[in-house]
Amino acid sequence: MSQMVDEGVAAEAAVGLGVPVEKGRDGAGVVRFFLRRPGLVLSIVMVVLVVLAAFWPNLFTSRDPLTGVPAQRFQAPGGAHWFGTDELGRDVFSRIVHGAALSMKATLIAVAVAIVVGGLLGLAAGFVGRWVDDVLMRAVDVLLSIPALFLSLALVTALGYGTMKVAIAVGIASVATFARVMRAEVLRVRQATYVEASRSCGTRWYGVLGRHVLPNAIGPVLVLATLDFGTSILAVSSLSFLGYGAPPPAPEWGTVIAAGRNYLANAWWLTALPGFVIAATVLATNRIARALDGEWTRR
Amino acid sequence: MRRYVIRRVVQAAGVLWAAYTVAFLVLDYLPGDPVSAMAGQGLDQTSTDPAQIAQLKHEYGFDKPVLVQYAEYLGRAVRGDFGDSVATGRPVTSTLADALPATLQLTTAALLLAILVGGGLAVLATYTSMRWLRQVLLSLPPLGVSVPTFWVGLMLVELFSFRAHLFPAFGNDGLRGLVLPAIALAIPSGALISQVLAKSLLNTLNEPYVQTARAKGAGRARVHLRHALRNASLPALTVIGVLAGQLMANSVVIETVFSRNGLGRVTATAVGSQDIPVVQGVVVFGSFVFVLVNLVIDLVYPLIDPRIVVAGRPA
Amino acid sequence: MSDSLLSINGLAVSYRTRTGRVPAVRGVDLDVRPGEIVALVGESGSGKSTLAHAVIRLLADNASIDAGRVEFDGADLTGLSEKELRTVRGARIGLVPQDPGVSLNPVKRVGEQVAEVLRLHDLSTRRSTPADAIEVLERAGLPEPALRARQYPHELSGGMRQRVLIAIAIAARPKLIVADEPTSALDVTVQRRILDHLQHLTEELGSAVLLVTHDLGVAADRAQRIAVMSRGRIVESGPARDVLDAPSDAYTRRLLASAPSLSVARPRTNPAAPAPAETPLVTVENLVKEFRLPQGAGAKRIVRAVDGIDLAVRRGETLALVGESGSGKSTTARLVLRLAQPTSGRIVFDGEDVTAARGGRLRGLRRRAQLVYQNPYASLDPRFSIGEVISEPLRAFRVGDRASRAERARHLLERVALPASILDRRPAELSGGQRQRVAIARALALSPDLVVCDEPVSALDVSVQAQVLELLAELQADTGVAYLLISHDLAVVRQIAHRVAVMRAGRIVETGATDELFDHPEHPYTRDLLAAIPGGGVHSRHYEERT
Repeated sequence: MSQMVDEGVAAEAAVGLGVPVEKGRDGAGVVRFFLRRPGLVLSIVMVVLVVLAAFWPNLFTSRDPLTGVPAQRFQAPGGAHWFGTDELGRDVFSRIVHGAALSMKATLIAVAVAIVVGGLLGLAAGFVGRWVDDVLMRAVDVLLSIPALFLSLALVTALGYGTMKVAIAVGIASVATFARVMRAEVLRVRQATYVEASRSCGTRWYGVLGRHVLPNAIGPVLVLATLDFGTSILAVSSLSFLGYGAPPPAPEWGTVIAAGRNYLANAWWLTALPGFVIAATVLATNRIARALDGEWTRR
Repeated sequence: MRRYVIRRVVQAAGVLWAAYTVAFLVLDYLPGDPVSAMAGQGLDQTSTDPAQIAQLKHEYGFDKPVLVQYAEYLGRAVRGDFGDSVATGRPVTSTLADALPATLQLTTAALLLAILVGGGLAVLATYTSMRWLRQVLLSLPPLGVSVPTFWVGLMLVELFSFRAHLFPAFGNDGLRGLVLPAIALAIPSGALISQVLAKSLLNTLNEPYVQTARAKGAGRARVHLRHALRNASLPALTVIGVLAGQLMANSVVIETVFSRNGLGRVTATAVGSQDIPVVQGVVVFGSFVFVLVNLVIDLVYPLIDPRIVVAGRPA
Repeated sequence: MSDSLLSINGLAVSYRTRTGRVPAVRGVDLDVRPGEIVALVGESGSGKSTLAHAVIRLLADNASIDAGRVEFDGADLTGLSEKELRTVRGARIGLVPQDPGVSLNPVKRVGEQVAEVLRLHDLSTRRSTPADAIEVLERAGLPEPALRARQYPHELSGGMRQRVLIAIAIAARPKLIVADEPTSALDVTVQRRILDHLQHLTEELGSAVLLVTHDLGVAADRAQRIAVMSRGRIVESGPARDVLDAPSDAYTRRLLASAPSLSVARPRTNPAAPAPAETPLVTVENLVKEFRLPQGAGAKRIVRAVDGIDLAVRRGETLALVGESGSGKSTTARLVLRLAQPTSGRIVFDGEDVTAARGGRLRGLRRRAQLVYQNPYASLDPRFSIGEVISEPLRAFRVGDRASRAERARHLLERVALPASILDRRPAELSGGQRQRVAIARALALSPDLVVCDEPVSALDVSVQAQVLELLAELQADTGVAYLLISHDLAVVRQIAHRVAVMRAGRIVETGATDELFDHPEHPYTRDLLAAIPGGGVHSRHYEERT
């Protein structure tokens, strides 16, 4: 309490003297911000690498992910094969790099479905209110009452197998969360005094929505989207581990681990290393989400 | 109080009905023609004989209008009849009932583990005045929520079964067989509880009433455990409500990894063979668990925070 | 020095922030003698709260005491271990915190919370504790203490909660009580009763009080000695009379000059009211607003926030609507602007019935009637630049093009005495007073006939309050705008209102010309309100000298 008050002094004093209170967003400030957070920098590098691998896998490896060299079966990780080779002599690192394209595509689709559908539902519920809110939120409550993985599994059962279908199933399972957060944010902003102030000076509803409500409400939704990116990677890989994703030769991350599972006793790298990559990617996106969250709340 | 419970039970029934409707829409309506789907993508890829399909359609009632189908199905579901498994021909209800005990064991063990370890970690991390210990403890939960459950399971098997030979790698036998799957299942949940509780504790410790307690001359431990913890535990309780359903769902993955029999295995198999009635039963059952646990949690809220009157959910 | 109970020497406290160390208290000396009330007065951010909390070493984690000694009863508190401090806190120094709403543990019964002090310092046995706690509550002036002890904090009113906090502070009969703004969150009439009781209690116990307050009136009424704090330093201290009558420091003089509560006797800054013959700008007839409560255990589900009021605002005049919190004054303001829907009654704006106006006619009202909010921190969109904020009404009514709107915004800024250079700044970069000026500029953008000011200065420091009030009066003189001023602060009202309506429990109990009402209040409630103004007894000679 007193800390807040006394930080106020500094701001007040600075303004009083005509010195703008800088938020540290100048170049040096940004550099210092990142220097103090090496974990965040590492996370950003990790995500950039994964995205690059998804679009330009040849930047990282020239080996073919699908055809193996039978003579080089079950080679442990080393200089020649960073992640070792599998039962057909395929390079595991190359499979992971090429698998990024499939897994990232699925994840992006899942997040896009969730944010678009959920965001619109939440926006409608929060902004229109009354019966629209009641109906939409009851529906969302029902969706939330079905555990996400069960809902995804039901959708997979209905839609069939494949990367795209898994992605849609995962996306729909997190629609409810997005709708909730979006609605809560819209309600919070809609009740803010500055929104009423805008209304009372004559701004029309679409102006209020576009210029005040959306820009102020979207922050936490973007943070959620970043978090959901990690959650979706896990969900997509779980479903493909269970065998509902792309059919076997395709190197989807979950599928690669599922295949390696049979050789767990004698070739640990077939499961351990792809899992590390998944965990590191999720950890990185979660770390970035945390940084964004801090930024948004401190704005 | 009694009126409140009755109202909540009615509400719960409403949610279950809606969950059933969602399951019906997704599974029976969305594919357009579930029988073709069943016949075409089932175990046997070649059996697409039109006559056979027509016969199946009639058998399952898919030749009737959707609303009629829905009404018939719902009527049976209310009486606990979710139809018969397409793959085995056994009633869905008894299939699930047989598989349930093993999964209930697993998820209960995992939930207890998650609450004890996750909660304990949060309390310790916020209590300790050693900076390094706090840093280390607080860095664990983000790690825990980032690892794929199935991978954790496989790694545990690799380390504790294949290398150390401490626990069995698969199967349902006894307490020893429960240890590894329960740990694997508990890690993401415990990490989540830990994250939420630690954050809530840190916020609570900044509340003015905590300062009032310190101004009375109360010591650190007293302030932490007697004043802050109870106030901070509500968000964690809410999370536990969500986790109960999730644990049930994640058992699909864990039971597959450890080749355990149970609800998860049944589900995985049913999805694999497009056994729609079974999947439908599982979805409704998952929703039932969620509703039940949250009903209990709603009744616990007012015991922890007197500001929450039984009349409604926490604001 | 030896006769001091508390003796602070050269104390310096600073906070560690992202941008480095920020000093909050810089080399302060202060003495409190046994049984004496010392008021520590300062505006927000002066470091007064930090100083008070430094005494019992209850500072935020990022704060540290950099230098100085805090001698209490012969021992230096800055050198004690946490364990030794625990025997001082609560037992020998009691704390009455700032906000009764959040300073009690919400999940513990009131009785338990008082009992805790007694048990911690072994002042009663396990068996006798409950009864002892009830006795302490009774001493703190809580009615029906045995019943209250079994209740939870949320079941008590703000005033009762503050009494519980006082009970906690006095339970161990400490030699010193640190009271940090103990009543600033309460209504004036409650405030007075609580301070009376606190004063009475400490006299009885022989405790000294370090009373931290932003309100010079409170300090003048209660303290034997006053210390004035500004920017981390004590700029002046001495016997209360000396400080109030003959302030030696420029800052103290400024504070005294602007403290509205001390200047009730001050003549108005605004010119005479306009001729009353004209038809009123706004007429409100028999206005009612009911709120439906969410289904609760209580029997009453409908609350009448506004219960059949009539009022009229003339062109160019300031009508003040005065009342304590919950009196319905803010609801009335929102009804007049049609931001809320009246349950029944009639609102006429410039001859036109706008009670149920919609669409174009409602927009017509929006164009001619504007609102200035209480909290300038909340009423400006944090993402807008100041220029965008001010020109928003122009944009909404498509007045002019981009360039002419910017020109108008610059002009308006000039009118509210702000530099044009802040047009591109964000609200967060401005001080509270500057933000309120921006809000006023926005309200004036469309040259409205009526501006409703809802507690326009209550969120601001006193020295800033005076400036904003003067600005409002000036703008009225220039533009002929009418104000409907909502306020709980009679001193503010006296400064700029032409007429006053006193509201209580949804009804207007008395209306009259400002001087008339202040000098000859008729309704007993109005008299109560006037009597409760802190500092009312002090007719600062300072003003009489200067005016």
